[in-house]
Amino acid sequence: MRSICFYFQVHQPFRLKTYRFFDIGTDHYYFDEYRNRYIMRRIADKCYLPMNNLLLSLIKEYGSAFKVSFSLSGTVMDQFEKYAPDVLDSFVALAETGCVEFIAETYSHSLSALKSKGEFLRQVEAQKEKVIKYFHKPPTTFRNTELIYSDGIGEMVAEMGFKTILTEGAKHILGWKSPNYMYCNAINPKLKVLLKNFMLSDDIAFRFSQQSWDGWPVTSEKYVGWLNSVDPAQETINLFMDYETFGEHQWKETGIFDFMKALPGQVFANSKYTFNTPSELSEKMQPVAEIHVPFPISWADEERDLTAWLGNELQDDAFKNLYELEYKVKNTADENLQLDWKYLQTSDHFYYMCTKWFSDGDVHKYFNPYNTPYEAYINYMNVLSDFIIRIKDQHPVNYVEKAVEPQPEVVKEVQDKAPKKAAVKAKTTEKPKDVAKPNATKMAKITMNHILKLNKTTMRSLAKEINALTFYYALANADHKMKKAVTLHLGRLQLKEFNSYAWANLPVQESDTIEAQKIVLLKLEEYL
Amino acid sequence: MKVLMFGWEFPPHITGGLGTACFGLTKGLLKHGVEVLFVVPKAYGDESEEAVRLLNASDVSIDFNSTVYQDYWKQLTYIEIGSNLVPYLGPEEFEKMIAKQEFDKSESETTVFSKSYSFSGKYGTNLMEEVTRYALVASAIANSQQFDIIHAHDWLTYPAGIAAKKISGKPLVVHMHATEFDRSGDNINQNVYDIERKGMEAADAVITVSNYTRDIVINRYGINPDKVFTVHNAVEPTESGEALTISRNVSEKVVTFLGRITFQKGPDYFVEAAYKVIQMDKNVRFVMAGSGDMMYKMIRRVAQLHISPYFHFTGFLQGEDVDKMFALSDVYVMPSVSEPFGISPLEAMRSNVPVVISKQSGVSEVLKYALKIDFWDIDAMADAIYGLLHYDGLQDMFRKYGRAEVDSLKWENAANHVKEVYNIVLNQK
Repeated sequence: MRSICFYFQVHQPFRLKTYRFFDIGTDHYYFDEYRNRYIMRRIADKCYLPMNNLLLSLIKEYGSAFKVSFSLSGTVMDQFEKYAPDVLDSFVALAETGCVEFIAETYSHSLSALKSKGEFLRQVEAQKEKVIKYFHKPPTTFRNTELIYSDGIGEMVAEMGFKTILTEGAKHILGWKSPNYMYCNAINPKLKVLLKNFMLSDDIAFRFSQQSWDGWPVTSEKYVGWLNSVDPAQETINLFMDYETFGEHQWKETGIFDFMKALPGQVFANSKYTFNTPSELSEKMQPVAEIHVPFPISWADEERDLTAWLGNELQDDAFKNLYELEYKVKNTADENLQLDWKYLQTSDHFYYMCTKWFSDGDVHKYFNPYNTPYEAYINYMNVLSDFIIRIKDQHPVNYVEKAVEPQPEVVKEVQDKAPKKAAVKAKTTEKPKDVAKPNATKMAKITMNHILKLNKTTMRSLAKEINALTFYYALANADHKMKKAVTLHLGRLQLKEFNSYAWANLPVQESDTIEAQKIVLLKLEEYL
Repeated sequence: MKVLMFGWEFPPHITGGLGTACFGLTKGLLKHGVEVLFVVPKAYGDESEEAVRLLNASDVSIDFNSTVYQDYWKQLTYIEIGSNLVPYLGPEEFEKMIAKQEFDKSESETTVFSKSYSFSGKYGTNLMEEVTRYALVASAIANSQQFDIIHAHDWLTYPAGIAAKKISGKPLVVHMHATEFDRSGDNINQNVYDIERKGMEAADAVITVSNYTRDIVINRYGINPDKVFTVHNAVEPTESGEALTISRNVSEKVVTFLGRITFQKGPDYFVEAAYKVIQMDKNVRFVMAGSGDMMYKMIRRVAQLHISPYFHFTGFLQGEDVDKMFALSDVYVMPSVSEPFGISPLEAMRSNVPVVISKQSGVSEVLKYALKIDFWDIDAMADAIYGLLHYDGLQDMFRKYGRAEVDSLKWENAANHVKEVYNIVLNQK
């Protein structure tokens, strides 16, 4: 028995409205309500509703023999709630048949897996909740935004308890291997990896109506012929595509709906394939090998890499500025901010800043609200500037313990981190010795710990005489209690400055710390 | 192939983009093995001394200063015609200029008749007369010289081109560097328009400097689209390494407008956009460099908006001052209402200054690393300026790729396109 595994990606971003710089600080609503509603309604009527109906009738016709799977991003579900509850109902109806699997992904279809493990986990958790809310079944299969995958991402996903992940059967990863088997993650072999058969997927998703292609026109007979010509030893054909393929990328007039309507019957009559969902495949198939993906791949463009979203100056700058806010956002209770933060992470915003279309890429222009990547970037940065102001207002001058930074995904950086960690350790062990050394006679007894013994008034006058940077350096290795004791008595501006260093995670040399502590200790001596 | 070209002044004495374009194009054509018979009107005044460095009479092959081009210059014949035609002047300004010269009792008389092709008779005192007179001279040249094709630059030389075509029977190519609509908006001078149209109708091919101009030629002059070809302008490569070391005198960021302060250049939109930016960000200064008939109006408007502490007028800048201005700038804005091509953004980009340009310009068709806005869209213009000043990603990208992009626009390539047009025209015969 061989399998066909259909998986459809359903996602729409919250597109930003034209947001001028003079709106910064005054207008806090960022999204183009009209455009988002209009596009959602159009796709609902042209694609989601008719295709859901078609799938429902196919399932009714063939019973449990016909199965498909979906992943719905959190943002598209939010849009369904707002603009198209009828679509949500029709997905619920599909879920009730039991023949449809709903897959987990990131809430806002974000690139968080590449930057922040903490945010990645939060987003997946949020989307999972939403899936359970509507479809009542916790997802066990995961697919990352745009099928972005690497060994490291796989490891995180396995940690979260998922059994299977979907990704692209990229040529440069597979080499001579075939995508039509089950593979497993190279770090954690418990995680099974299903790879997209891009030839047969793209025959439907991209080439279906391409008249210059010699395979045109695609009929269900012809397509089943292609399926049969695949080596019989190979176990599964994974057909992964955008759901908008049906009725939007390929219009109704191309016959795409008729093709899909005829396909299951044709498969059952003329081939030995069955239809399965990813979790079923995960149950019944065993991995044939590990798949090594040291650098992230995706299903986009010819390169199958990340360059559609990241890599040029605009994208990198915007991405960096966005994720610098993570800890501050995490520390606010404001739900509107949390939600905007999620929506701003949607990968589409970075896709619009792509400059690759200077040479090619009609796909990039599809649904793109901007004429140029520059406009996309400026608009996004204007919005982000306002968001930053709101975040700052949320954090009145107040010392906030910096969250432990999760290790970013990128391999290179992980390597860089190792020596740093060692250095930090060395620093902490050496500290008491160093502090004691400089003034063996007089200062021998005075250590930083004496700060804790000062009363409020003395502490305040001491704080006034030392600038924030010195404190920051001096307290680089201090514990929370010590930091709190000092920061509690800093002046407003001093604290603001102190926090700005802390939030920026300003690097501290060990020698800086020693120098700074000397200064503090000398002052301290006067006050004791 | 030999071209009889009715062009405009050559370096070092260049008053504007038209001369630069003629020079670059000629150089490019010579490289592609096209012989050029170059005819220029030579106004009296101080120009003579400078220009004579090239040649002192008609009909002589010139050895141009630059040794690099010596081989090419052998193919070039350079002819000057005593004439007080200068580019860019409308009939009214021409009269003013003549009146002023007569009032000044300039010493022009002595030089007028010193050239071989100077005329028995005085220069015309109005522009139309002078254009006609110039055409007569042209027909005389056409009669005495051998060539395969005629190429006329800008409307002032079109009658000359037509005359030469009538005498010689050779095909005529006219080159539209600007249209009357660019210069005057919708209040066009009917005489100029008529000459432009007649020239293009009589021509076997029309070359426009952009698709933007091509559309105007087709839609507003009714010229047959089949014979209108776009050849984008290019720029002269600069010697690298001559980076200007200018110490900045202000700590604020500088946003610059540089050009004639006339209707065509859209200075008023620049002022309005500046006002918007200054409302949000006081850490910026705007500079309007240049002069023109709208300058006083602009100064008044700036005063009215109370932004004068942040807005500066420099007056007309030339030569090194222009380079200095670019070196001091963080953003260059060209808000032209109608710009057939527009070479100044390219100069800015060569100085690593990011640019904001209007979509109503020919240069926007060839640039990728530039922000493009509609000249009337003040909000978008202000937003683009603000974005360039505040968000590093854009500056980084433009600085990195802008210069290379400009350097890839070569006259050689443009000349190759022109040669293709020649071939099309010659094959039609």
